[in-house]
Parts: sequence; structure tokens; C-alpha cells
Amino acid sequence: MSFETPDDRKYNESHEWALRDGGTVRVGISDFAQDELGDVVFVELPDVGEAVTQGEAFGVIESIKAVSDLYAPVSGEVTAVNEALFDAPEQVNEDPFGDGWMLEIELSDEAELDELLSAGDYADQVA
Amino acid sequence: MNYDQARWTDDDERYEPLLSEKHTAEADLDDAPLPDELTRDSLELPDLSEPELARHYTRLSEMNYGVDSGPYPLGSCTMKYNPKFTEDVAAIEAGAVHPDRSPESVQGNLELLYDLQDYLGRIGGMDAVTLQPPAGAAGEFTGVLVAKAYHEHNGDERSEIIVPESAHGTNFASAALAGFDVVSLPGGDDGRVDLDALESALSDETALLMLTNPNTLGLFERDIEEISEMVHDAGGLLYYDGANLNALLGRARPGDMGFDIMHYNVHKTFATPHGGGGPGAGPVGVVGELAPFLPKPQVEKRDGTYDLFDPEHSIGKVHGSLGNWLVLVKAYAYIARLGDPGLADASAKAVLNANYLASQIEYEVPYGPFHHEFVASAGDQDAADVAKRMLDYGVHPPTTKWPEIVGEALMTEPTEIENKTTLDQLADAFNAVADEDQDALAAAPERTAARRIDQTGAARNLRLSWQALDDE
Repeated sequence: MSFETPDDRKYNESHEWALRDGGTVRVGISDFAQDELGDVVFVELPDVGEAVTQGEAFGVIESIKAVSDLYAPVSGEVTAVNEALFDAPEQVNEDPFGDGWMLEIELSDEAELDELLSAGDYADQVA
Repeated sequence: MNYDQARWTDDDERYEPLLSEKHTAEADLDDAPLPDELTRDSLELPDLSEPELARHYTRLSEMNYGVDSGPYPLGSCTMKYNPKFTEDVAAIEAGAVHPDRSPESVQGNLELLYDLQDYLGRIGGMDAVTLQPPAGAAGEFTGVLVAKAYHEHNGDERSEIIVPESAHGTNFASAALAGFDVVSLPGGDDGRVDLDALESALSDETALLMLTNPNTLGLFERDIEEISEMVHDAGGLLYYDGANLNALLGRARPGDMGFDIMHYNVHKTFATPHGGGGPGAGPVGVVGELAPFLPKPQVEKRDGTYDLFDPEHSIGKVHGSLGNWLVLVKAYAYIARLGDPGLADASAKAVLNANYLASQIEYEVPYGPFHHEFVASAGDQDAADVAKRMLDYGVHPPTTKWPEIVGEALMTEPTEIENKTTLDQLADAFNAVADEDQDALAAAPERTAARRIDQTGAARNLRLSWQALDDE
């Protein structure tokens, strides 16, 4: 089974993606991650204005099979949260790279993006 | 055996209606001896005849499945039959005394509790036992607090508890709840503790290693003496999770293996009800060195008289009184009825039954030799589908998809209560399902009161009280 790994963004080894748009970075989890988790039933996210740190947990995702921490791909202040996921967590399964996004973070250190995996390297990891 | 479960529904396909949906009447509130501000003006209460009431509960029980219905080999849960005589013993009115009565006036109750402490201590090889913790997980938490208090008393604060990856989830939770960092210990290739991994996990921060033996795969940790030495050399303590004690009764004791603390799951090993049977109990035993840290009060016997005392460095109370009396009485009654030979025989038959059943099923059992339970693999089938389909054969399925070391795990523990005929019926159910195709599995269950449950829908749309039903 092969999973989508769009090459417009970068990836954490822990399966979060980071999509840069100017000074902000949008964050979600990969197609592979949502498939491994199975049906997502609950997503816990930080509030707008909170600070997150690269490599540290920013939230929790719960499926019918497992509960996992979510790890920030970059550091910075949270500028937007996808509140639609609180009522419709299934969007993470249905459209992990689109409507299933979780956070927008104001990028504080551009160099952090270089530490993430390219789409190609991430695709190899989950192949 | 052929099976079709009763299914009572109304014209809208809703199961047996609630009592309040059947017939209600306005209660007479006029002469309530309470101030007006505390009483309601009107109150609708169910108003049914005794036969209507009896039928309601009988119908619900007919749509349920329990160990009174058929085999219930839910692995790691030790779903023994709950002998009905223990209910009779627990119902003796003389035992129902107020928990704050003076010790002199409840000598009989204290004698029973003292003897149960003694029985459990001898069964586990422990020097002192508290009966207070109200559940297995509460016992774990109590045991972890005792370990913490012991280290602190020695001026030796330690921050880590080591837990094998395959351990029960409560082990991780108990350690975390007591403020420790959890160090997860990967399993070895043979399904047992990997001594090299343990060596690297141990440090002067290690407060406790939590193990169950036989472990979650039913395998005896044959290196237990070496494990005990390694943990103690590092200054840590060894905790025994009583989940699998049913394999050992009368043959081996955690205390003799080097364990310092253990909890007993009386609902598993000693045949008291699993939930639904009222408040539970998870007694904790410790070696002598840790006895001063047990919860207070403890029951003691002096010159033929029973009394209460507070251990010197007690962690405090973990229950409002001396423990949940009724369930402790049931455990006592079970142990007293079986005696030493009966308990040893129960364990022997539990191990024999697991091994016989495993030898009769087509699914592969990758790890062994095992004791009172085994973990088979459903192979290419989905273990959850296998479980649903087994319901159609009139048996309860095994625990599924855990431990994760076995792919599509079917964790099976028939216990000693089943005879060969029932074990063969169980084996037939396993083997019939093993030969079925994906369509049959996906359509299951077909013969039960409730069909396939929408687990995702249930988790996404929580209904946390009966009032939430009104929102639908």
C-alpha cells in the first residue's frame, strides 16, 4: 500500500507535516499516520497564542485504536487552530493534507525547516 | 452447541424500553417530611407490576452474555465463574456492621479480615497485606506509593519506574499518577524480559520494576531470580502485578521469586465478580521491610483479640474504611472452601485447560511453553472480526489485538472452570471461524441481540448520561 506524500511540504519522522506559506507554517499529520491510527475520534490542540517548540508535544490525537502525542515540526506562536476538528475529527482521516490540518504557527526560526525530512525521504521512511 | 440470542425490540427496532418509557405515574408528594424548598411539586416515577418488572430484567439478561451463559476465555482477565455460595455468605446479615463500630464490638468481622490478610500473605509469600484498595488498579497505585514512601524514608528519592512494553496499561498509569517517569522496557525475542535491555534501563533513579509472571504471553519469566538480583543491586524494588497469579497458586510464590510488593486481583484469582458485582478489591502484599508503610489502619491479633493499628510510616488511608467488605467476604469464602489443595488444583487445571485448548485450535501460537493463557495469531484475518464471528458460535471471544508482539493477537484464557466438552466447543468455534472467508467475518455477528457496533460513531458522539438520549 502506498501513501500520499505531497512534495510541497516537509515532514517529521513522527509523521507530522509542515507547509510553509510566507511567515506561517501549517501543520497536520500524514496520510500514513491517519491510516495507522484508524478512525480518529478526538483531537486536542493548543490555544491560539500559545508557544510550541520543535520536537515537543503540542497536542493529542485519539483514534479507536490508540492515543498519540502530536509533535511540533517547528517552533513558534500558534496563530490559528482548526476548530472544525473538534466536531468533525474524521476530517483528519478524509483529508489529512487539506481540511484535516491542525495548526498554523508563526515561524520563528527558518533554519528549523531544514531539519525536517523532504517528501522523498519521508516517503522512503513509510514505504 | 447452536446459538441464537434473544432479541427484544419495540416496533421502532429499539431494544427493550426503559422502565420510565413503559409506564409512569405521578408520585404522591404531599406528605414528604421535608422543607418545601427541598421537595419537588411533581415527580413521574416508573409504575409497573412485579411481573412487568421481572420480565424487563429477564429480557435484558437474555440479551446479555456472561460466564453464566457459556465459556468466557477473555485472556488476562481470568473470567472465572463466581460461585453462588459466596453470595449467600456475603448476604449474612450479621456481617453488615457500620464501618465505624468499635473493634471490641466487631471481633468476627476483624477475624475474617485478619484471616484473609493471612491467607493472601501466605499465597503470595508476602509478610503483610492491606485489604483497603478498592480495585486492582487502586492496589497498583497503593503499591507504588508504598515504594515511593520507602525510598523517601531512606533519603533516596528515585524518579523512574520500569515497565515492560507488554504490561497492562494500568502499570504505566499507576507509575505516572504517583509522579514517576515511566521507562518502557522492550521485550526480548523469546517474549520474555531481555536482561541486556533491563541492564541498560536500570540506574540509581530506578524506584521499581513492575512485572507480571507468567507474563502477558503466558510465559514464565525463568530469569526472575537474576532479574530480582539486578533490580535490588540497583537499589530498586520489584513489583508483582497479580493479573496472572492464577497460574501459580500452590506452586510458586512471588515473594519467593524476590518480589517486594504485589497486588491481588480478587476478581480474577479468587472468583469474585468483575465489575457489575458491586465495589471491588485489590489487596496489596509487601515484604516485612515495607510493612511500616502500608495504609492505615491494619488489622492485628494480640492475645486472641483483634484490633486495629496504624503502621509506623503509613502512607495514609486509601479507602474510607477497612476495604469493601462484601467482596472481601466472597474472596475469603472462595479461598476457605478450596483450601490449599483446591487452590493448587485450580491452578493446575487452568494451565492444563489452556494447553489443551491451544493444542486443539488451528491458529498458530507463536510463543511457548505457556501456562494459564496463550496468545494465538489470527494470521491474515482481522482479530476483531474473528472475535465478532466467534459470538455467533455461542462463546465469548478471547481478548484481541493485544499484546502487540503477536500480530492479530487472540489472547485466550479458558480458566480451570471449563470441562473437556466445553473446551472442545470453544476449539470448534475457533476452527470454524479460522476456515471462514472475509465476507462471513465482515457480516458477523448475526446471531446476537446486537449486531456489529459502530465503535467509531460511539466514540465520536458520546452519550454520557441518559438525558443525552433526549437530544436525539
